[in-house]
Amino acid sequence: MLEIKNLNVTVEEKQILKNLNLNIGKGEVHAIMGPNGSGKSTIAHTLAGKPNYNVDSGEVNLNGEDLLSKDPYERSLNGLFLAFQYPIELPGVTNASYLKQIVNAHRKSRKETPIDAGEFLKILKEKSKLLDIPMDMHSRFVNAGFSGGEKKKNEVLQMDLLNPSLIIMDETDSGLDVDALKTTADAINKLRNDERSFIIITHYLRLLEYIEPDYVHVFQNGSVIETGDKTLASRIDQEGYS
Amino acid sequence: MNKVSKDNFKQEKYKYGFVTEIESEKIPKGLNEDVIRLISKKKNEPDWMLDWRLSAFKRLENMSVPKWAKAEIDEIDFQDLYYYSSPKDFKEKPKSLDEVDPKLLETYEKLGIPLKEQKVLAGVAVDAVFDSVSVATTFKEKLNEIGVIFCPISEAIQKHPELVKKYIGSVIPVTDHFYATLNSAVFSDGSFVYIPKGVKCPMELSTYFRINASETGQFERTLIIADEGSYVSYLEGCTAPMRDENQLHAANVELVALDNAEIKYSTVQNWYPGDENGKGGIYNFVTKRGLCKGKNSKISWTQIETGSAITWKYPSCILRGDNSTGEFYSVAITNNYQQADTGTKMIHLGKNTKSRIISKGISAGKSSNTYRGLVSFHKKAKNAKNFTQCDSLLVGSECKANTIPLTENSSNSSSIEHEATTSKISDEQLFYCMQRGLDAEEAQSLIVNGFCKEVLQKLPMEFAVEAQKLVSISLEGSVG
Repeated sequence: MLEIKNLNVTVEEKQILKNLNLNIGKGEVHAIMGPNGSGKSTIAHTLAGKPNYNVDSGEVNLNGEDLLSKDPYERSLNGLFLAFQYPIELPGVTNASYLKQIVNAHRKSRKETPIDAGEFLKILKEKSKLLDIPMDMHSRFVNAGFSGGEKKKNEVLQMDLLNPSLIIMDETDSGLDVDALKTTADAINKLRNDERSFIIITHYLRLLEYIEPDYVHVFQNGSVIETGDKTLASRIDQEGYS
Repeated sequence: MNKVSKDNFKQEKYKYGFVTEIESEKIPKGLNEDVIRLISKKKNEPDWMLDWRLSAFKRLENMSVPKWAKAEIDEIDFQDLYYYSSPKDFKEKPKSLDEVDPKLLETYEKLGIPLKEQKVLAGVAVDAVFDSVSVATTFKEKLNEIGVIFCPISEAIQKHPELVKKYIGSVIPVTDHFYATLNSAVFSDGSFVYIPKGVKCPMELSTYFRINASETGQFERTLIIADEGSYVSYLEGCTAPMRDENQLHAANVELVALDNAEIKYSTVQNWYPGDENGKGGIYNFVTKRGLCKGKNSKISWTQIETGSAITWKYPSCILRGDNSTGEFYSVAITNNYQQADTGTKMIHLGKNTKSRIISKGISAGKSSNTYRGLVSFHKKAKNAKNFTQCDSLLVGSECKANTIPLTENSSNSSSIEHEATTSKISDEQLFYCMQRGLDAEEAQSLIVNGFCKEVLQKLPMEFAVEAQKLVSISLEGSVG
């Protein structure tokens, strides 16, 4: 479903991704591990279309369509979801109205009518409960003054609401304590199915102990240097990257 | 990434820019005693009103236009303007809507202000002012039953001379400054409101100002009096056709709140702002002032300023009554080459008076947006308090924002709190929203509406949604 071919990406005149190749099949969970500065997050941002991430050459296809020619919002509407490492604050915008608006943007692209307020509240309650999110968080402003854990849970809530086909998680485990990590991982596991693929970017083994990957890629200097199954993650955890 | 936004910009632009093809009757161009006599005659005014106008005109001859605003203003040739324009054959105001020219009804319908009572927003009475005359006022009789007077000021001069005489010019002196004095000499129409003692006005009152004729200035005058213990919420809206010329709008609005009375005055100003190259647009030079005359009285200004080539206005409160309160909530948006210099004056005269100022300025394009405010505590203003918060949001890197808060303090028991911030819509915020499926325009509009939420919430509910849309439309084409 996702094919990355010979991808070269430059950020601020520095080449970060070098001839990256990666294939992700339907329903697969791929973990990307690697030391700081190896270019892990650059993959996430490039796939999502962040400005200033310049693709010098290469191809990316998502569900058979060229991804790189699309605007960031079109990529989202086409099923790509990026959970941010540092979710952004939107002062003055209440979380509930924001969530409703993004849900409606996706409905509109499917030519559906906007969601009814009562129905939305019902869905929001259900999904918040799964993540142990108190409802009063939704009357606060998006991510403003949220704790690290609340921010990450809010990201997972959004991925649940938008029903994406490809989920990229950029260090979703950072900033979560053990309990929050477990709740979040449980919610993510419920989202796993045969159609939906995941790219999990992480430094540590601990998230992968809860969400079991099908493949683990080791990343260094802008490309994959080793690919294996989940045992590779344990090995790296014990031996390091060198 | 701009593909979508540019297209939207072309479509939506300024949707009120149409011209109503209606024959108009104008007084010859120029500013002189004869023109003033003619206006007064057209309105069938009593001598005292004409004398008042003429005395203003005499003072005007020795005054010059104020130059201190942070705006580049082309010189206005005051002799090259029409000071009065009305639809032809408009001798007397129609008694009922059936007598109103269908073209006028259609105009207001197109502006989203249906005047037929069965169609209008429930709970909102409207006075519709077209160029220099009021063409219709809805719910008048119903309001009359409880003693509320809501009519064009030209009618009030005839029917309620004692009230007009007593209060006109009592808040904005005839000689206040050039534009206020000009208005006093040539004002045409506007609304008059009187709320009797103890009456809480059961519906929103609103005036809709439309400039239609070319080379014509609009000089409306509004006077609102809230008698003891009464309450009224009033809203004005304004639009004008798209034209290459700059048109002058110089209004005077006076509010008087007696003991325990409250006036809430909201403005949604959407005059034609000029095109994307800064050609055309309204010069909006307005004087608005409220007098909290009685004890425990309250006046609250809320303004959403999105239109006009140049906006120059400072809705103010004179807090004379002890324990009186003044509030100013403002959102001013400038795009392209628009210039806004707006803010408020809170003049604390009485004991325990309080004021609160929340100003949100949003600048985009090559525009310039200035908050200018004065908080003044006089000697007798014991325990007076002010809170001021001025936030500026910049969209893009070619616009300007300024904050000029002045204070004068002659009372040693008073307190002023002031907060100011300037921020930019960050690329990170836009990218975050876009990653969740919002296009660039939607993302920006969400962030900007969040920024002005505190003020938008102060608008009467019926208009809050419209205002949110207006905020989004005003910034279209600025992403990027």
